[in-house]
Amino acid sequence: MSEEYENKSGYQAQSSETISGSSSGITPDMDYVRPAENAEQDLYHPHSFIEKWVFCQDAKVIGVQYFLTAVFTGVVGLILSWLMRLQLGFPGLAGFITAEHYYQFVTMHGMIMVVYFLTALFLGGFGNYLIPLMVGARDMVFPYVNMLSFWMFFVAVAVLMASFFVPGGPTGAGWTLYPPQTILEGTPGHGYGILLMLISLALFVIGFTMGGLNYMITILQARTRGMTLMRMPLTVWGIFTATVLAMLAFPALLVSSIMMTLDKLLGTSFFMPTILKAGEVLEYGGGSPILFQHLFWFFGHPEVYIVALPAFGIVSDLISVHARKNIFGYRMMVWAIVGIGALSFFVWAHHMYVSGMNPWFGFFFASTTLIIAVPTAMKVYNWILTLWRGNIRINTVMLWCLGFIVTFVNGGITGIFLGNVSVDVPLSDTYFVVAHFHMVMGIAPLMVIMGAIYHWFPLVAGKMLNENLGKWHFWTTFLGAYSIYFPMHYLGFIGVPRRYYEMYDSPYMTSGVGLNEFISTAAFIVGAAQLILVFNIIKTMKTGKKAGQNPWKANSLEWFTSTVPPEHGNFGDRLPVVHRWPYDFNVPGAEEDYLPQTAAPSEVAHTEVEKT
Amino acid sequence: MHAGIIFLLVIIGSVLFHIFTPWYWTDIASNWQGMDDTITLTFWVGGGVFVAVCLFMVYCVFRYSYKEGRKAEYKPEDKKLEKILTWATTLGVAALLAPGLIIWNQYVNVPKNALEIDVMAWQWGWQYRLPGEDGKLGTTKVTNINDENPFGINIDDPFGRDDILVQSDYINLENNKPVKILLRSVDVLHNWYVPQFRSKMDAVPGIVTFYWFEPNKVGEYEVLCAEYCGVGHYAMRGGVEVQNPEDYNKWLSEQETFDELIANNKLEINNNKLAKNNNLILTKDIYKEE
Repeated sequence: MSEEYENKSGYQAQSSETISGSSSGITPDMDYVRPAENAEQDLYHPHSFIEKWVFCQDAKVIGVQYFLTAVFTGVVGLILSWLMRLQLGFPGLAGFITAEHYYQFVTMHGMIMVVYFLTALFLGGFGNYLIPLMVGARDMVFPYVNMLSFWMFFVAVAVLMASFFVPGGPTGAGWTLYPPQTILEGTPGHGYGILLMLISLALFVIGFTMGGLNYMITILQARTRGMTLMRMPLTVWGIFTATVLAMLAFPALLVSSIMMTLDKLLGTSFFMPTILKAGEVLEYGGGSPILFQHLFWFFGHPEVYIVALPAFGIVSDLISVHARKNIFGYRMMVWAIVGIGALSFFVWAHHMYVSGMNPWFGFFFASTTLIIAVPTAMKVYNWILTLWRGNIRINTVMLWCLGFIVTFVNGGITGIFLGNVSVDVPLSDTYFVVAHFHMVMGIAPLMVIMGAIYHWFPLVAGKMLNENLGKWHFWTTFLGAYSIYFPMHYLGFIGVPRRYYEMYDSPYMTSGVGLNEFISTAAFIVGAAQLILVFNIIKTMKTGKKAGQNPWKANSLEWFTSTVPPEHGNFGDRLPVVHRWPYDFNVPGAEEDYLPQTAAPSEVAHTEVEKT
Repeated sequence: MHAGIIFLLVIIGSVLFHIFTPWYWTDIASNWQGMDDTITLTFWVGGGVFVAVCLFMVYCVFRYSYKEGRKAEYKPEDKKLEKILTWATTLGVAALLAPGLIIWNQYVNVPKNALEIDVMAWQWGWQYRLPGEDGKLGTTKVTNINDENPFGINIDDPFGRDDILVQSDYINLENNKPVKILLRSVDVLHNWYVPQFRSKMDAVPGIVTFYWFEPNKVGEYEVLCAEYCGVGHYAMRGGVEVQNPEDYNKWLSEQETFDELIANNKLEINNNKLAKNNNLILTKDIYKEE
């Protein structure tokens, strides 16, 4: 602080802050914050119901719209998973599930959950709602484009859902859409289904680019006075880095979608070699199926971190607030997020060890993959070190965070199995993989989403969710989900391959029958348990107690809006001025156990603040 | 308090499950014991980290749950601790990576004495080709494939004429003799996978891929397709029988060569398995009857 202060003291004349402190140790300009470089944004206030709730330009409303649309797709994905588990646990019980249907469910479940649910929810939902509030801006920098972003996403979802109703049904090519089978007979939905999928993905990428530009530029350009990059909440860091990743990764998905559409419609051969089908040689030749896999995973692996990094960021903030302790090793956390983001572009082919690519790549990608484990492990250590010597509120939010740590560490460690090239050979394409990625990028981020819902619901709706219901919701979800995915790894050890509609009676597969029934039953319970949250929200909206301002005694700016819930423009007449990082909890000498980011040094001159 | 107890039980339960699980490796029947060993090593190291992290978390929940008026420690950073943890993690990761890479090096370097087997995949079935007396497989081309030439062998390639053709989903292997599996596909991605052999690789149309293993246990094993290949994927199965040299050679001598096939084809053109399979609409029942 003192160094920075000396550097800035030359600009003292420009300071618009008036200093009124007089107690000992307070120098006249210790509260100095550099003036704003840009004029304040003009906001377009809505004039009608439609402008306020439908074609709205307020990032908070757009965030809620993203959130609800993503949750809708998530519910569809959940129902599809139930149908799959019905077939796997109790084959033949539901006679309407044919092999074609099963593969369509698998495909749509995967694509929906990864792209339309998790990505849209974290970046579109939490990103829109929280970025302007947390960096102290009135709105996103391009509100109109932001609105278009949501509606493009909405259309993408509509096109995706429409594929359930076209002749042949949705594509059943697996969410990875590997050619050549994706566009050939023998795969369900190889006609209209796959086309709608590819169009929907293209629309998603276009819509996301509009949103992503907003997130990045808002964070880089519209932070309030005093909000340096290294004072941003980790939530913002996570979302920011994820957005940068998305901007670089999604184009690979877009071009591969376009190329495959051309292969399908115009008979080009980007991904299609010479193929013999039903005794006939097709009119393709010279293309490379593995090229598609490279493009897909060049998008697909960063995509994992596009989901994970916002979750990392959010959970860091939740843990810090509810453990009443500063996040341990903030700078390490920031650099770990950025480092993981950068490394995530150099590991994609660990999805392809047994794809038939040049096997010598295995050495490179196994090394990069295991290197990425180091910054990831550092983040885990820092979360638990934040709990250490804290003053931990064991409330619903914290339970979700603890559940995240357990599931994430579990899934991270199985990732070391799969990343370690030769260990991957026996396990790839088995249920070990299914269990691994559901644990690490399904359940773990879901734990964070749930924690975030309980944490920020008081801000969004102005009322506190019921704690008892929240705990029931947590324990059924956590214990249920853990008992789905933990034992599932062992099916992979047996050698049960994934994407099998039916197992038949291979000896090692029949030994898994009881386990499959158990997993399916748990899946039905966990899915149904989400109704507790729905009930909780309805109950809270009717009879819940008012949250008031800053019910969790947090430090970050979103809790210091002019009204709760925040109105359009967020902060009333004056934007907040930031004097410190958001993690000053239990600072020695402070009266309260938290110091908001807006607390000026002169107000708390008697404290021993280390990091500002 | 109950939260800490439940998390503790989850961790204990996970460890007990791992120790007493009835679901674990299907017995290995190849030389890739090293893969299993690396997995066991990763289980020890990774499992240790998992248990340690979670127990520490549970300890914090017990020891530091909220008390009104208690001060949490205020210590934003601890450079020394962070440095120790970074290096310890790096070492642990390197210790796991090293055996993984060593075994991968063995996996991509095929022994010179390995028998080359051409595994041809299509939607949805397998067939196999072994080199004849010259010890070399003839070259092939997808466009050559027809009723008379189900493997698409180039007729004018002298190495191909004595190739031994196995037009069946089932193949026999000689015990303790390394084999190099050469994979090709005529339509979409497939993957020739026998859980007991641990090894696998995708078959990719347009290129030939490979991997190798050495079966070391006499017996019959099921072949599974391990890369999603359309609606018949789950039913795309075959079999391997690992035999002693005497039995294997007896079996081998009963197989047809390409030359013999050309001669026989003139008599029995309808008996072509590939053509039959290509027109087959695969359902569970039909598959079982086969």
